Amino acid sequence: MSESTSAPDPFWKKLWRSAVREPYTGDRRSRLRLVMNNLILHLHPAQVPVRTLRFTYSWGLGGLSALLVVLLAVTGAMLMFVYTPAPDQAYQSIMALNTQVWYGQLVRNLHHWAGNALVVVVALHLLRVFFTGAFREPRAFNWLIGLALLLLTVVANFTGYLLPWDQLAYWGITVGAGILAYVPVVGNWLSQVLLGGPEIGPATLLNFYGLHLSVIPIAMLFLMSLHFWRVRKDGGLSVPRGVDEAPVLKDENVTTFSDLVRPEAVWATVTLTALVLWSMFVNAPLEPLANPDLSPNPAKAAWYFLGIQELLLHFHPLIGAIVIPGLALAALAALPYLSGDMDSVGVYFRSRRGRWLAAFSAAAGALLTVGYVLVDEFYLDLPALLPSLPTLLSNGVVPLAALLLGLIGYHGAMRRFFRATRCEATLSVFVLVLTGFIGLTLIGIFFRGPGMALLWPWEVAGH
Amino acid sequence: MTTQVSQPGAVSRREFLKLGWGLLAGVAALEGGLAAVQFSLARVAAGEFGGVFTCGPVEAFPPGSVTPFNEGRFYLLRLDDGGFLALYRRCTHLGCAVPWDPTTNQFVCPCHASAFDQTGQVLNPPAPRPLDRFAVAIQDGQVRVDTSRPLEREQFDPSQLVYA
Repeated sequence: MSESTSAPDPFWKKLWRSAVREPYTGDRRSRLRLVMNNLILHLHPAQVPVRTLRFTYSWGLGGLSALLVVLLAVTGAMLMFVYTPAPDQAYQSIMALNTQVWYGQLVRNLHHWAGNALVVVVALHLLRVFFTGAFREPRAFNWLIGLALLLLTVVANFTGYLLPWDQLAYWGITVGAGILAYVPVVGNWLSQVLLGGPEIGPATLLNFYGLHLSVIPIAMLFLMSLHFWRVRKDGGLSVPRGVDEAPVLKDENVTTFSDLVRPEAVWATVTLTALVLWSMFVNAPLEPLANPDLSPNPAKAAWYFLGIQELLLHFHPLIGAIVIPGLALAALAALPYLSGDMDSVGVYFRSRRGRWLAAFSAAAGALLTVGYVLVDEFYLDLPALLPSLPTLLSNGVVPLAALLLGLIGYHGAMRRFFRATRCEATLSVFVLVLTGFIGLTLIGIFFRGPGMALLWPWEVAGH
Repeated sequence: MTTQVSQPGAVSRREFLKLGWGLLAGVAALEGGLAAVQFSLARVAAGEFGGVFTCGPVEAFPPGSVTPFNEGRFYLLRLDDGGFLALYRRCTHLGCAVPWDPTTNQFVCPCHASAFDQTGQVLNPPAPRPLDRFAVAIQDGQVRVDTSRPLEREQFDPSQLVYA
């Protein structure tokens, strides 16, 4: 039993050692080990190609989505302690949250704005991946997981939308469930299961509460883990390159800690600060208590559904709300698997010609959309022109067929008159449809007033 | 070990067990799925409106009147010829509550601008069919409306009217 010459480590030092085995010395090896041995950091590879750090390539949109999800989980957990999911208490609990709970309004605002921001950020993330061609093999399957996550984000927003039990919530969900009822064969049944009855009631609130607080978050956590894991397994981020540059085969690597972690931390801090500032000054909307007797005029769905609501004004519901969005989703899912002549991964908009065609298609999409809405609103009445047909055909299948033929024709015109390659032509059609959808959404948000009449934004705001 | 020469088309023991396990797993998944569906269906029957409403004596509703019954989610109409009609106020487009506009004698939906005439027929799409109706019965001079089942229809027909 010889006495040790050095004093035993103090307790706190032992504790620290038990958690973090290797001391951090700052040299290259230590930086690599740090990333490998840390649960959170090891979502990243230990080192990354220096080019993928370029901010204006990825815009940090994937990381930003993850950050918003974490913020939503934290603020959502806080809201759980205040909220009661019963029709006669839900609205009061939100009122109490706003007026009696310390920072209650701020936490609700943060949850509301982060949820809305997530829809925008994941949509932008999808666009970034599409425009840089990063959705092709080997990343094709991860593109599908991303699409599923986008859908889950929308469903999470939709289910959260009902919980305040105000007029906005009640009628937004009524319209949403009404859309669901048009799914062929099982639609009515689906809507009844979701609502827990023929109309919105206590069962609906409980259903949405369960989905919003447990089923959807768990599914998202699982798919996000899979998504991140696949990013690494599929070879990391696609490597950016200039429009005339050959693909980069070997690139200089830098250590993730801290050449990647530092900009991520900066971006996260900037976003959080902006969100907190915004939430301090702009309150999440809360309308009067839900009143089943009174549909507000205009009754609008959540803003991200207003593109579809605008389609509903022009098409039979089965076509406008189910078939067109369904076809669009199917096309998005099939994109990476359609054969294409693409060797442009990492180049924004594929090529020089791709950039011109994208700009051209954006302008064309905006003009055609505005033009179609105006013509259909004031001049075109298909059911009256084709009185012998049921409205499903005259106001649904006929214009849908015209739309699809138009898109095929546009693809052909790009190939023929602009000598576009197949992937450039696909890009053009994508941009055309995208601008159309954005245009419809903007019209739905800013140009539709009482009775869904077309008005100027300042007239809409006046109501 | 002896190698068994199986006849063409015969199922080996391994294949048989594989098939058996696969079938069992399928049945288990089906059971679980059905149980989950039935679990979610449990509360469908508990509708709040859905009973028979006694609206009042026939004389209380003059010809050409439209009377809302918010509890029952319907309008009781008496047309100019004296016929009664009960219209479910749920828009056949997407389910908004359709208000009656007495200045134009129309039901105009605030959500997507569908318009219906006094008999519930579509004047303006996007509504795909007329307003659903509920069965009306007149007993002992009292008007009764059965809200248990909305009756869908393709168009208005005088046979849908009930006379005192």
